[in-house]
Amino acid sequence: MKLLKLVLLLACVAASIPAGAQGPAPALNFDAANALTLPDDIYLGEVGGVATSSRGDIYVYTRTGHPTVSMATARPFAHGGSRLFQFDRNGRFTREIGAGLYGFLFAAQVRVDPQDNVWVVDEMSAMVMKFDPQGRVALLLGRKAEALNNPPRAGGAGPAGEGGGRGGGRAPGAGAPQDVFNRPTDVAWDAQGNIFVADGLGNARIAKFTKDGAFVKSWGQRGAASSEFASVNSIAVDAQGNVYAADAGNQRIQVFDNNGTFKSEIKGVGNAQAICMTPGPNQVLYVSNSNPPTDIDIAGEITKMRLDGTMIGKFGKAGKLPKEFGTVNAIDCRSESTLYVGEIGNFRVQKVTMK
Amino acid sequence: MPRYLACTFAALLLTLFLTAVSATAQQKATITGVADIPFTSVPNFLKLPPGESLGESVAVATDSKGHIFVYHRRDTTRLFEFDRNGSFLKEIGKGYYGFEFAHSVRVDKDDNIWTVDEGTNLVTKFSPEGKVLMVLGRRPPAVDGPVVFPAGPNPPSQKYILCRPTDVGWDPQGNIFVSDGYCNNRIVKYDKNGRFVAQAGSEKAGTGLGEFNLPHGLQVDERGNVWVADRTNNRYQVLDNNLKPIREITNLGVGWTLCISPGPHQYVFHSNSNPNGNAPGTWETTGEIYKTELDGTVIGKFGKPGKVTPGFQVVHMMDCRNPNEIVLGEIESWRVQKFILQPESRTATH
Repeated sequence: MKLLKLVLLLACVAASIPAGAQGPAPALNFDAANALTLPDDIYLGEVGGVATSSRGDIYVYTRTGHPTVSMATARPFAHGGSRLFQFDRNGRFTREIGAGLYGFLFAAQVRVDPQDNVWVVDEMSAMVMKFDPQGRVALLLGRKAEALNNPPRAGGAGPAGEGGGRGGGRAPGAGAPQDVFNRPTDVAWDAQGNIFVADGLGNARIAKFTKDGAFVKSWGQRGAASSEFASVNSIAVDAQGNVYAADAGNQRIQVFDNNGTFKSEIKGVGNAQAICMTPGPNQVLYVSNSNPPTDIDIAGEITKMRLDGTMIGKFGKAGKLPKEFGTVNAIDCRSESTLYVGEIGNFRVQKVTMK
Repeated sequence: MPRYLACTFAALLLTLFLTAVSATAQQKATITGVADIPFTSVPNFLKLPPGESLGESVAVATDSKGHIFVYHRRDTTRLFEFDRNGSFLKEIGKGYYGFEFAHSVRVDKDDNIWTVDEGTNLVTKFSPEGKVLMVLGRRPPAVDGPVVFPAGPNPPSQKYILCRPTDVGWDPQGNIFVSDGYCNNRIVKYDKNGRFVAQAGSEKAGTGLGEFNLPHGLQVDERGNVWVADRTNNRYQVLDNNLKPIREITNLGVGWTLCISPGPHQYVFHSNSNPNGNAPGTWETTGEIYKTELDGTVIGKFGKPGKVTPGFQVVHMMDCRNPNEIVLGEIESWRVQKFILQPESRTATH
């Protein structure tokens, strides 16, 4: 029995050994160009998210306009600051979705699910908003704080708080067992439609919901050990239902099974601010080692790797020119050879063609 | 007291304090015996569509076609384009994330339009068609809450983060120079691709050569020298292309803004702008604009403050693409005037 335990332990240790993202990295040939044609009265700001649908439509969730605090009332209320745009497969502007929407404050991410529903994550309203393909609100997770500087509720829910976990004796960043987020960053689904929310920068956890939005569980807290996060910046779920969470502050990607049990980690990925997993059957990961907005002279490359962390190659660097990247916050990789990359620093989306 | 109220109150006090300081710090130019340049004013030559108006017209520039760009503080900060006759053509940057509190607009030799916004801390390069080509700096993220001007010393300057920047210019090679600004006190040089090269000054204000106290306006001459209106030091500084100081100009009053005309024979226009608030006596002692040679020889002066044209209310920016036709943007009268100079009749030898 003891021997069996030992074997199991060794197996677990082996599974958690970093699989080699820090291996040799051949340079991948690529080209990149501005992906979008904008009408004269539409401007992108910082691109939080970019995603494509099965029909090739391109969705962009961007921090733009004039984020506003109204002051004539008992409390200061936050309005505006982000917009959701749709473009066709050629990058031509199609329409705006949800203009003036209550939850559009500070764009974090947009993702499109297998049924072509459009999911928007807003870091400041702390909401995840699902739109059907017609652009109607279909499901909401989280609730926008009523006003700025609201004291966080149990688990922490201020729009810009120091982090949750103040209620219920839970660990820092663990949040509350409910759909109350603190600076969420991303969303993903498994094959059954279960929803996984990266929550995110204020909290340090992953929250799982059924496809109908009922809370299932959450895991993680702030820290550097396994199943702990400095931050959860980006998330993806593979065809088997395993959850890949980019923990940029710890420069790693952690892999969990569908119920949140730690399986392994991929180390040495740098500031993994955006990850994307291609659809099956031979899935690969793209991981951006995004440069900080304060410096374009470091980092910025995107790495392509297998799901076990084996390096395939890397491309790009930080900068402001075409084929350079300014703090990548989003990658769409519906096609392994054609990516859409959204940038915080350069107010643009580039279409990247792998050669 | 809620934090935001405390912050608002503190900001109000700071504003009152700064207003008082600027009124007393305003200096009469020490130069004397400068000839007056005769001029005629073309007031309100910009024709706006019905229902439109200008706000604080802090920034004006023209392109090679004579189009006039006005970057002004209205309901939000907005950028308007007019043709050479002053007819409204279009608005650029409607709803743009980098527009919150206008400070400067300049047009480069390829007719790209550059805006400097001290509300968002962004410098933006627009194509002649009005598409964003490059962004310098970063707007403070709304998710971090309202920004409070820090009490005490400015935080350390950073290569790629600006702090209430004021102006932009380029040398003939396309290197980019930014005056930065109200909460840094430095000049930053970037290459044409937006990569940091060097800076003069720092976050700290100073009075030595190569130090600044509110660098408020910037232009680059054809030799690549960088001219800075060093406002609170009541002077202009000339730096070489690597930002080493060459000399200072201390006899032309406050260094509010300046303009350098293009072409083989360049002139420099310096505005000893009257201070905001129109304190008694200031109209008599400030407000004139000096025309000089690059070597500092003063050619003449023109203009004076007033609410009614051809007086002006705190000239914030000048366009001098044609050195005999100066387009003036004013803060307090929400107005753009064109001054047609008659330099030949009274110009000193040069």
